[in-house]
Amino acid sequence: MELILSLAIGILGGSGVWLLLRPRTFQVIIGLTLISYAINLFIFSIGGLRTGADPILEKGLTDISHYADPLPQALVLTAIVIGFATTALFLVVALASRGQADNDHVDGEDGPA
Amino acid sequence: MYNSIVLIILVLPFLASLTIPFISHGQRDRSTGVMITTATLGLILTLSLFPAINDGAILRQAFTWAPAFGLEFVLRLDGLSWLFLLLICGIGVLVAIYASYYMPREYPLVRFFAFLLVFMGSMLGLVLSGNVIQLVFFWELTSLLSFLLIGFWYQGESARDAARTALTVTAAGGLALLAGVMMLGHIVGSYDLDAILAAGRQIQDHPLYLPALLCVLTGVFTKSAQFPFHFWLPQAMSAPTPVSAYLHSATLVKAGVFLLLRFWPVLAGSSAWFWLVGGIGMLSLLVGGWGAYTQRDLKALLAYSTISHLGLITMLAGLGSRLGAVAAIFHIVNHATFKASLFMAAGAVDHETGTRDLDRLSGLRHVMPVTATLAIISSAAMAGVPMLNGFLSKEMFFAVTLNSNRSLITDVAGVFLAIIAAGLSVAYSVRLVGDTFFGPVHTDYPRKPQEPSGWMRFPIGLLALICFAVGMFPALVIGDILHAAVTAVLGDQLPVYDLQLWHGWNTPLLMSILAFALGCGLYLWSHWRIWRRGYQKAPIEWISAKQIFERLLLFVTNTLPAWQGRIFPSRRLQTQLLIIMLVAMGLALGSAVGLHLPRAWHTPIDPIFAFMWVLGGICAIGAASQAKFHRMMALALTGGVGLIICISFIWLSAPDLAMTQLLVETVTTVLILLGLRWLPPRIRTTRKATRRARYRRRRDIVIALLVGTGMAVLAYTVMQHPVSNSVSQFYLEQALPSAGGHNVVNVILVDFRALDTLGEISVLVIVALSVLALLRRFRPAPESIGMTSQQQYFQQVQKTRLARAGKVPDYLAIPSLIIMLMTPMFVLFGIHLFLRGHDLPGGGFAAGITLTMALIVLYMARGARWVEARLRIDPVRWIAAGLLIAIATGLSAFLSGRPFLTSYNDQLYLPLLGRIPINSALFFDLGIFAVVIGASSLILVVLAHQTLRRPAKRAQSAPSREGK
Repeated sequence: MELILSLAIGILGGSGVWLLLRPRTFQVIIGLTLISYAINLFIFSIGGLRTGADPILEKGLTDISHYADPLPQALVLTAIVIGFATTALFLVVALASRGQADNDHVDGEDGPA
Repeated sequence: MYNSIVLIILVLPFLASLTIPFISHGQRDRSTGVMITTATLGLILTLSLFPAINDGAILRQAFTWAPAFGLEFVLRLDGLSWLFLLLICGIGVLVAIYASYYMPREYPLVRFFAFLLVFMGSMLGLVLSGNVIQLVFFWELTSLLSFLLIGFWYQGESARDAARTALTVTAAGGLALLAGVMMLGHIVGSYDLDAILAAGRQIQDHPLYLPALLCVLTGVFTKSAQFPFHFWLPQAMSAPTPVSAYLHSATLVKAGVFLLLRFWPVLAGSSAWFWLVGGIGMLSLLVGGWGAYTQRDLKALLAYSTISHLGLITMLAGLGSRLGAVAAIFHIVNHATFKASLFMAAGAVDHETGTRDLDRLSGLRHVMPVTATLAIISSAAMAGVPMLNGFLSKEMFFAVTLNSNRSLITDVAGVFLAIIAAGLSVAYSVRLVGDTFFGPVHTDYPRKPQEPSGWMRFPIGLLALICFAVGMFPALVIGDILHAAVTAVLGDQLPVYDLQLWHGWNTPLLMSILAFALGCGLYLWSHWRIWRRGYQKAPIEWISAKQIFERLLLFVTNTLPAWQGRIFPSRRLQTQLLIIMLVAMGLALGSAVGLHLPRAWHTPIDPIFAFMWVLGGICAIGAASQAKFHRMMALALTGGVGLIICISFIWLSAPDLAMTQLLVETVTTVLILLGLRWLPPRIRTTRKATRRARYRRRRDIVIALLVGTGMAVLAYTVMQHPVSNSVSQFYLEQALPSAGGHNVVNVILVDFRALDTLGEISVLVIVALSVLALLRRFRPAPESIGMTSQQQYFQQVQKTRLARAGKVPDYLAIPSLIIMLMTPMFVLFGIHLFLRGHDLPGGGFAAGITLTMALIVLYMARGARWVEARLRIDPVRWIAAGLLIAIATGLSAFLSGRPFLTSYNDQLYLPLLGRIPINSALFFDLGIFAVVIGASSLILVVLAHQTLRRPAKRAQSAPSREGK
């Protein structure tokens, strides 16, 4: 599992970085989305991967090794919501820039692509 | 008992300002009533406190604030602060009465009074502070409110500029003050005011004395508009006149001199103090006086004269003599009364004639005799005419300069400068009265002037009466008050001062007579000059601090960034991102040296999981390659990756994450879909890419591969070192016993780390409001304004015969029907998610986004107009309510004496339902829920609304400023 997930993080991160370096705003937005996926998975994996662990506390079951690590989950949950907010902001900035510059280049000027 | 009265006085204005937003804009009188009642109550309570501080006693009460830093929230009342309470509340009442008649009928006073009340509260907090850090906090709060009040008529550019200047200057001064009091605190070892006041010797002998003094004085001089920071005050006259009367003559600008007197016992006495405070005071006194004399604008004249009088107070405090301090305190009161009254009179003139230009005004004493009489009394007080209060403090000032005994040169110079300053004061007072109220009657005003209403004259008259009463019977009217204030500053060793109207024929009186002769002479001389040569531009522009300030600002905000831009390798985003990537890669490689992979720690590979991620990888790479020409496809592929992540979360025991991921994924996709329409079409051409472009692409592929590999290796390495022994253990153990929740993730978010979550929802709010602001002025490009091909087809269908026969249903009829039926289910599901959040996967975030989805699906099915005709959603209110609920929940912990955001459990008994456990974290989650609904629906709705816009009008030269 670790191997698969780290490869996944690598692929997502690589694709994201490629898009980040492109000249069009939409590409950059998608690139950032992919990178934030990669980072979320990465943060999530810090606590160690557990399959079949119990995420919800049960009465009487006090052995904490039985449960999944809640901390990375709380971190990632926050990250997902903030990611939504930043995507929205980037999108709107991109639209505003397109409205002002009349093109969708990241620098607002249609030079050589 | 007295202590609780002090607390009530402080809290009252803040509470009152909270009630004001609930008053609707139409009900002017009600908001006025709140303001007047609050100020009057404050005044009565203040008066009732006088016996407590009369004999030099100090009222003091402390509350824990930040015990970890040794900070206490201390309320401290002595004679000096009592005097300021009296000014703040007393003039507050009068200004409130005045404002309700002065402010134009069409302006809602709700916002105005809400600001004014908060200002009043922060001013009270400032003078009541018994802790210097707390004092700086209220100090900055007053600067902020001054910004809002100066910019109250924000439609005018001059008001906005003035507000910005005032904030920049005074807030920067506040920062300097913070540095200063921190140095004082460091020297003394305590931030408590009493401790600092007791450590005079220790402070003056310390090497940090001079830097601390400089910092504190910067704060004082910026706030009290002393040279060379005086320029913000005349600009601030763009504020409504009640604000000028209240903030810029009676209270806010007095905060600086208040501080000067507050620290007088510890900081004064050194020669640095004498030269800095005395010198700056003298300079401001003269610059302000000359400035006032040369103004054409009535309010500008008053503003410069305020600078001048504050300079006088500063100088008196700066002399370091005890009598100087007495005179300074006395003049604070006198100046506040006559200047507030004059500002209100100037406002009345402006209100009635429509102009404040001294060259246009003339002969108003025939038109508005009562106002004229009152203004003449106040001006006479300002000029220092006998029988009025200004005379007494001026005589005291002369006596101080005569007795300074420092060195022969400074003494003689001091006496002459004092006469010149007093002469200038006479000159501009005469000019104010002479040009406005005397001379031939003019009729060419924008409005036809008449006597203002009685309630508008009342505050002016009352203040003029006080000027007279203090001037006639000083010992009776103000003796005790002054004594209490002076005792608070000087302690037991009071100088001999004699409060009475007539001191006999002595040198100060002679100096007064000289000053009168000088002032009247100056006035007559300049009239004679104007009569001979015509009106000339006043030679006031010799030093324009304002211009220097603007140049400086321009340098910092424009020249400096431009220079930075030049030395940075490139201004292109792509290059910058490339550099960031390369640096990050370098750092990662550098830190990876010497790292070795330990024993393999594996969970068994599941082939289905592996296959899923093969799909995920394909989706990601597909999205990367298609994002340029096939945006929709790239978006769909990205969504695919998101779904696979969602499944992975379930797989790896994180149902909460999976749920949030799924919901956020959906909303993000809808969001980007809404935005897609406004991007320019991009069609693949057959033109071969240039060599440069091909090189770039190859280079970027290499970098992407490197980064990807690096991340994979890093992730793999990290996963080999699972964190044991983290704080999670604590959360897992404590979630049930101390927070009463089974879902640990949710408990962490709304309870253990609630402050972080509060920060997070604030970020959401900021983003949502930024989106609103950014899209207000957005205009779609003409090529993307037309209907989509589907809509065009549908329009054609509607023109056919079938449609006329009523056989063609609405656009998207069946989906929209289904969606409408589904909407209640969505809502129900959202509430379900919310309620179970503490114990099962769900919670405020998930619930909020679910409800947003219900809304947006409805928008998609029926269009913006249909939905908004039937459903009143006010996202901004949701946001505000949510934030307030979250903060109020956090604050409620104070009620049981625990720190901010401590949660608590309780049991509630309801009929039928029985015992229900109530956890305050639930209310916090409710706040999150409301904020998420508000913020996400605001973003989506604003974006969806763009379809209703007209295209950008390219032909017009000036861009339209209107929003929706």
